[in-house]
Amino acid sequence: MNAVYLDHAATTPVREEVIEAMLPYFKDKFGNASSVYSFGREARKALDQARQTVAEVLNADFNEIVFTGGGSEADNLAIKGAAWEYRNKGRHLITSSIEHHAVLHPMQQLEREGFEVTYLPVDDQGLISVEELANAIREDTILVSIMHANNEIGVIEPIAQIGAITKERGVLFHTDAVQTVGVMDIDVKKLNVDLLSMSAHKFYGPKGVGALYVRKGVRLIPLIHGGSHESRRRAGTENVAGIVGLAKALELADAERSVVVPRIQRLRDRLIDGLLQIPHTRLNGSRTERLPNNVSVSIEFIEGESLLLNLDLKGIAASSGSACTSGSLDPSHVLMALGLTHEVAHGSLRLSLGRENTDAEIDYVLETLPPIVERLREMSPLFSS
Amino acid sequence: MYSEKVMDHFQHPRNVGEIPDADGVGVEGNARCGDIMKIWIKVEDGRIVDVKFKTFGCAAAVATSSMITELVKGKTLDEAEAITNKSVAEALDGLPPIKMHCSNLAADALKNAIADYRAKKLQSV
Ligand SMILES: Cc1ncc(COP(=O)(O)O)c(C=O)c1O
Ligand SMILES: [Zn+2]
Repeated sequence: MNAVYLDHAATTPVREEVIEAMLPYFKDKFGNASSVYSFGREARKALDQARQTVAEVLNADFNEIVFTGGGSEADNLAIKGAAWEYRNKGRHLITSSIEHHAVLHPMQQLEREGFEVTYLPVDDQGLISVEELANAIREDTILVSIMHANNEIGVIEPIAQIGAITKERGVLFHTDAVQTVGVMDIDVKKLNVDLLSMSAHKFYGPKGVGALYVRKGVRLIPLIHGGSHESRRRAGTENVAGIVGLAKALELADAERSVVVPRIQRLRDRLIDGLLQIPHTRLNGSRTERLPNNVSVSIEFIEGESLLLNLDLKGIAASSGSACTSGSLDPSHVLMALGLTHEVAHGSLRLSLGRENTDAEIDYVLETLPPIVERLREMSPLFSS
Repeated sequence: MYSEKVMDHFQHPRNVGEIPDADGVGVEGNARCGDIMKIWIKVEDGRIVDVKFKTFGCAAAVATSSMITELVKGKTLDEAEAITNKSVAEALDGLPPIKMHCSNLAADALKNAIADYRAKKLQSV
């Protein structure tokens, strides 16, 4: 078996069609989109087309799309940009305890700047309570930011419902949709959001390019000041090739979703059912409110990094929220928010599927994994068979 | 990120298991990251003649556990007690800085096992 890549929530390979669409903008059509001569006009046309494509897929308007240098920048621009802009209206922000660090760390920075942040808990399924969120909104609340789907446990939050409340209460609503764009049907109107972040490398586009949907009328103070690019919301000569790649990847994902996603979801279900056959194994997060490509389990009595290295030796690429893999030596804040103990979080394993995965690969994983688990458990002082 | 020696000990850990009639048993848990090691020693004439371990943890924790069992076999208790986390890491051709913390387990568990042996011996006389 060749390498089996099951870490699509981390990143995805750039599709051939996407590379092809990008290539001209490195060479023949290298112009600066701000220039008036023909090279510049070509680049400008490509940017306009890309913006139009993204807007159409999201059911947004052309002027509501701001291209950024990735998902983290889109999150930062949405959160800090809105907080700074509306600071005279209020200083209170609401988010969840399971957000990506690209949301949590800007929130913490804003706290240092004098803002107040409420971090909503999640239940044992990973879902936030809409009612609790409604109760958390105050007179001085200016922004709510809740992720569309979680990158570790794949749980899909009730964004449209939350958006209905924020709309009624006149509070801005941002969602980090980095894990859902390309996988789920995204309609910013149906979702009731004012701001939505995406990142191309999660849907077979290039790294280092993303976009932020900014509803008409919402003002943001830019993170990057300079030229008047992106309607003065993000200075810097546009990454034309990257933006073209983002739009192409999104267009392809959108066109193929109805065929590709059900197939991935079936593979996901096979994986979940197969892994849950291993004794003392549990699914992290809701089974129903779940990304079609996410499998997250905790395999008790073993540690995630040991498991990942053993899988890697067998050619399987996966990820874990174990403390020993985190780089910070703390277990994942998402798993802890579910109420998992340290020990159980230690044995977490995430497998995230993509369009190129096959049934044969799932068979291979389900054959390969149980003996590794058995061997590691035999070595574990916590386990007695 | 790991040395070949670490990967070798991780893939083929030496002395895994338990000693049912051990003379000393030590456990050490790492409260922060969650790794746990348990070590069993058999002592004759003040020397460690057999040693076994079980570890719940990452590659660094497993490899340092395995390495320390090799280092202490045949050593006197005093010599064994002198083994530090650093010397275990050195015997493994080093560990990534972030992982030094996971490697503290082995030397501490061993010290606990020796203390357990000494306490039992005091009781029996
Ligand atoms: C939910 C979520 N938000 C934000 C990001 C950051 O995106 P980027 O890597 O493009 O900065 C990621 C991925 O790393 C993510 O999974
Ligand atoms: Zn560790």
